[in-house]
Amino acid sequence: MSAVIDEVEPIVLTGRRVVEGVAEGEALVTQETISGWGGVHAMTGTVIESRHELKGVSFAGKVLVFPGAKGSSGWSGVFHTARLAGTAPLAMVFTTMTTKVALGCVVMRVPSVTDLDGDPLALIATGDWVRVDGDAGTVTIWKGGRP
Amino acid sequence: MVSLTTAEQAMLDGEQGAATAKAMNLLIRYAEALGAERFVETNNVAGVPGSSTPWIKEYYKADGGDYRAIFSRFDLDSDEVVDVPRMNAFSCHLQGGMDPELWREQGMTEAQHANFAYDEGQVAAHGIQVMKTCTPYLAGNVPVMGEHCAWMESSAVVFCNSVIGGRTNCEGRESTSAAMLTKRIPDWGFHRDDFRYGRHAVRVEVPVDDIFEWGMLGYFTGDAVQDTIPVLDGAIGAPSLIRHKHFGAAAASSGGVEMYHMVGITPEAPSAERAFGGGKAEEVFVYDAAARARTYERLNAVGDSRDVDFVMLGCPHYSIEQIAQAAHLIEGRSVSASSALWIFTSRAVKATADASGFTRILERAGARLMTDTCSSISQAVPPGTRVAALDSAKQVHYLPAIMGIEGWYGTTAECIDAACTGRWAGRLAA
Repeated sequence: MSAVIDEVEPIVLTGRRVVEGVAEGEALVTQETISGWGGVHAMTGTVIESRHELKGVSFAGKVLVFPGAKGSSGWSGVFHTARLAGTAPLAMVFTTMTTKVALGCVVMRVPSVTDLDGDPLALIATGDWVRVDGDAGTVTIWKGGRP
Repeated sequence: MVSLTTAEQAMLDGEQGAATAKAMNLLIRYAEALGAERFVETNNVAGVPGSSTPWIKEYYKADGGDYRAIFSRFDLDSDEVVDVPRMNAFSCHLQGGMDPELWREQGMTEAQHANFAYDEGQVAAHGIQVMKTCTPYLAGNVPVMGEHCAWMESSAVVFCNSVIGGRTNCEGRESTSAAMLTKRIPDWGFHRDDFRYGRHAVRVEVPVDDIFEWGMLGYFTGDAVQDTIPVLDGAIGAPSLIRHKHFGAAAASSGGVEMYHMVGITPEAPSAERAFGGGKAEEVFVYDAAARARTYERLNAVGDSRDVDFVMLGCPHYSIEQIAQAAHLIEGRSVSASSALWIFTSRAVKATADASGFTRILERAGARLMTDTCSSISQAVPPGTRVAALDSAKQVHYLPAIMGIEGWYGTTAECIDAACTGRWAGRLAA
């Protein structure tokens, strides 16, 4: 028998599919809503909004965990452009459904879920390892990083 | 699962051509993402169909890099390029990237202008109205109460829902382009009665009776209620189109407000009870003297140097009333050699300004009346701009962040003074 690895059980949240597909990676969490146009630089995937807690931080290649979208209706266009520029998040987890975030997830074509049975903003911290299963509508969280 | 009518199924099956089928496919994915169960019909769509930067055209070079390629691949999010017919819905193009005549002053190159002119020709050729404004309701597209629309532009969306009683979500480029072909948009959110009720209350305890104060109240409200619907009541005075325009734009920027009620002022709020749909306010926010002072400080947090080298007015695009006021304020004076004054509006409104002599007054004073765009949209400011003065809470929210400059928020009169003196002397009146 191989050595038993003392792994902490991951947390599994169940919700609803927004966009299908499965992806996993490091979480980037913000408690603040994100503005797309004027709030994000698509070419680098960096948040640029004055006073935003993620100002200067890029979501490229991360699982973005956030409350939702705000601001300009250019939201989907900016995140769509981020997809073309290769700076899109790997996956999206959010708590408040709006047309901006829904359309943004669709055209970014990244696995996305919402309506989870636990608060992802409280349960996930930046740096945690997260798998987003858009097909099943689940989010699996490994605290502290890659299992 | 979203259910389709026979007509919608036929569109998906390609009966109206490949582009409409792709549009229906995208709208279905979008409806499923939202959790919508059906579509509503719309014949009032405002977006930015097919307009793109040279970067996007370059990205789709292998597909031809032309309007057809961009509309297929980007607007319809299609994996293949399809022929794009004339649009079916009444369709309007919102703001664009540069002034059609003063683009050189905005720092645009010949190549950028050629790209702009090409896109505009294509927009017109596809049966889309070339309105080129963030204020379609000032340029010939005024919805009526209860009309289902599919609009982009957060400041126009909040105006449509709140002031007119039209029904639109804050749509995006891809959903509006698809709706122009299909005349459909998901039946979700603001299309539905139960979504339009207020959730939070804002009690206004200081007099809010001019456009500067309405802008600040809007900025406070968005910050307080985020993306929910506020019901405002109290000392709100003298409602007018331009005050609503600035209030809504500010609330949509600092939060994500897409509809608001003002008791006794907006059409779906004859009473607080009606505005809340019989429910109760989850939270009550108070806008008093202290909140007003905090809002002013927040709006001026990115101002440090009082040497103003740029003044931008017209966010959202100035109405003819505002242009008249600006012309009146600057007549007989001139813009300082160390500063510049750009005022933005729509082509429709500029035609009236030209006819009324306002354009000439502004130009004689050294100001520029520009159309189509604004400094944030076009990322165009005069060369060397470090400090801007703005009379729009929305613009001060965006422009300094986008351009990496300082910004001041004040009254229109303070901004015009700054343009004429090169100095910021704005202050919050007691």
